[in-house]
Amino acid sequence: MTGGEPAARRGGVAEAAVATGPGGGHRGGTGNIVAPLPFPVAARRELGDAQLRANLRRATHTIRDKRLRVVGEVPDWPQLRAAGAAIKNDVLARLPELLEQFEAAATAAGATVHWARDAAEACALVTDLVRGTGSTEVVKVKSMATQEIGLNEALAEAGIAAVETDLAELIVQLADDTPSHILVPAIHYNRRQIREIFARRMPGVDLGTLTDEPAALAEAARRHLRAKFLSAKVAVSGANFAIAETGTLVVVESEGNGRMCLTLPETLISVVGVEKLLPTFRDLEVFLQLLPRSSTGERMNPYTSMWTGVTPGDGPTTLHIVLVDNGRTTTLADPVGRQALRCIRCSACLNVCPVYERVGGRAYGSVYPGPIGAILSPQLTGPEAGANRSLPYASTLCGACFDACPVRIDIPQVLVHLRQRGVDARRGRPSAERAAMRTMSWVMRDRRRYAAALRAARRGSAPLRWLTGGRGVRRLPWPLSAWTASRDAPLPAAQTFRDWWAAREGTRAAGGRRDAG
Amino acid sequence: MRVALFVTCVNDLMFPATGRAVVRVLERLGHTVEFPAAQGCCGQMHANSGYRAEALPLVRGFVETFAGYDAVVAPSGSCVAMVRESYPRLAAGDPDLAAAVDEVAPRVYELSELLVDVLGVTDVGASFPHRVTYHPTCHGLRMLRLGDRPLRLLRAVRGLDLVDLPGAEECCGFGGTFAVKNADVSAAMLADKCAAIRETGAGYVAAADNSCLAHIGGGLSRGARSGAGAPVRAVHYAEILAGLAPVDPEAER
Repeated sequence: MTGGEPAARRGGVAEAAVATGPGGGHRGGTGNIVAPLPFPVAARRELGDAQLRANLRRATHTIRDKRLRVVGEVPDWPQLRAAGAAIKNDVLARLPELLEQFEAAATAAGATVHWARDAAEACALVTDLVRGTGSTEVVKVKSMATQEIGLNEALAEAGIAAVETDLAELIVQLADDTPSHILVPAIHYNRRQIREIFARRMPGVDLGTLTDEPAALAEAARRHLRAKFLSAKVAVSGANFAIAETGTLVVVESEGNGRMCLTLPETLISVVGVEKLLPTFRDLEVFLQLLPRSSTGERMNPYTSMWTGVTPGDGPTTLHIVLVDNGRTTTLADPVGRQALRCIRCSACLNVCPVYERVGGRAYGSVYPGPIGAILSPQLTGPEAGANRSLPYASTLCGACFDACPVRIDIPQVLVHLRQRGVDARRGRPSAERAAMRTMSWVMRDRRRYAAALRAARRGSAPLRWLTGGRGVRRLPWPLSAWTASRDAPLPAAQTFRDWWAAREGTRAAGGRRDAG
Repeated sequence: MRVALFVTCVNDLMFPATGRAVVRVLERLGHTVEFPAAQGCCGQMHANSGYRAEALPLVRGFVETFAGYDAVVAPSGSCVAMVRESYPRLAAGDPDLAAAVDEVAPRVYELSELLVDVLGVTDVGASFPHRVTYHPTCHGLRMLRLGDRPLRLLRAVRGLDLVDLPGAEECCGFGGTFAVKNADVSAAMLADKCAAIRETGAGYVAAADNSCLAHIGGGLSRGARSGAGAPVRAVHYAEILAGLAPVDPEAER
């Protein structure tokens, strides 16, 4: 064991987190999970790109429809979701114990387990391990954990080239871009744009045969990567699941590039978030049904690789496992927010999100975009990091994400909860919004005050009603100008409902006709 | 049956015709409607914006005002969802309030739930000879699971030509304070929703929430002013059921 003191050995991950509590001197996550710009500002930038919106709409709707089809054919899907949530809740409740069990099992099988408290520690660990092999190039299996900690950048600084071998990840890397989707990092490009990226940036590409046909693009990538697979001495992966009982790691993928990375090189370094655990091998039964159908909309993904330590004569001879906290124990301390740690990175919530569909992943400023990113990034880092405080507001609370989530994360509930934590943390500081909310609450809790306010609003708007003929207002002053910038605004009615009711009751008491109209 | 109307604050001030429509539909079916005058706002905007402390007095006010009725009906999917789904969570720290919420919340119904489930009615005797499309608003759709209840009510309206809305289950982009805090994204979602509505050729778009309808209707009328297409009128479905929907000659094609 090397690296940071294992949280589990300090008296338990969960206990350590509870002791510090959210916002109370916690050790926040670092790395590529900090939004540099407030969401509305970044979103405006992305909305200006019509090509991006067209690409996103097409891609998200395609995956969305596929997912609905294959989920619809599973009769016990609700039960599977409930089981997935329950297993992950169990993991979170027993995290310290299960982590130690995993470490013992993996070590017994010949792996070396390392612990990293944050992104910097994890990057330093992996960099040292690669340096120790003498290699200056590593091949990579697509991994969110290494994107999160910014491993490629750290390796580059140490003079080590990291080659992404997942097709979409390779496209993003060649374009010098950042991923915009958990599962399909290049979802914001169409095939014509991908051809241009390959033509410009892929060494030795044959421009004669390179069309924008998917098969031609895949063939070019295959030729490019084959040489890398055969020469690489070191591979870096993440893991979709880590089995505490056996010390097994699991990667689920579609292209076979992962299988190449996991079997050909001599040294394999797997970077794994501490919440990726499952208690037993048998639990995979649930998750290997939930994950492929939710992510790619396939009944089963083409390649599922599992490895337990090292096996002489078969695959890598050295296996390092780096277990990463990076804000997860802090997240665990929040009883409502911790459900975000159940996430299995399927990206179903992104594909159904109407906000993500319009702005894409880059608006969220974190490797975790979309609804799950809006609740995960600010919890991992703490709300004060960058503009992460703006992320919980990047939702209409429409609830499509909750319906799609295979582990039943109630994302709208957590969004509201995080908004509440933000409001509570800033109590005592002046805020126009809070003043307005307080005033409205004070007015509305008393029938006389409320009736008087309704009358005032109705009378105050009378000139506007007269001017517009009751057809709606085209322009209002700030802050309501944000409304009228794109839609007409309605006006208070000439008579409130309660005044109508009171008048009707008066008439009826006087023997008037019973008429609701 | 003692039915109380929770008209909601937005309807009280901005869309009183919807409240009148609920009263007319229920009285026409032979029920007595009461309007407890102490009612105010359910606190949804406060709670969803993170102002729990400011929402709690409104929760208390609601359960005090509506205790003792057989049923409480509101012409708003999101306000009913607030009471049924969020009140128990908000009241969790206060045993007395939690007990009061448990008592009242299950008897609070969105209009189509009251009509179809409780009163067993789908044909309320209305007539509306126009082409209408229906937008299922998110909280009614995914929190209350209203399903096809509003559609069954509309299909039973004489002369009403109900046409499917493409991408109906996609959010219109209103989202309460989202419409102002993330105005650009909200407008982008609204533009797509308006285009889908115009595509149906309907003269009216109906829904169960006037706040979403104010957003959609505002977008449609702005679009019509700038020549983006024929005007389509946004109307609460309760007003169609009551025969109170404004008939707009411009919305007829």
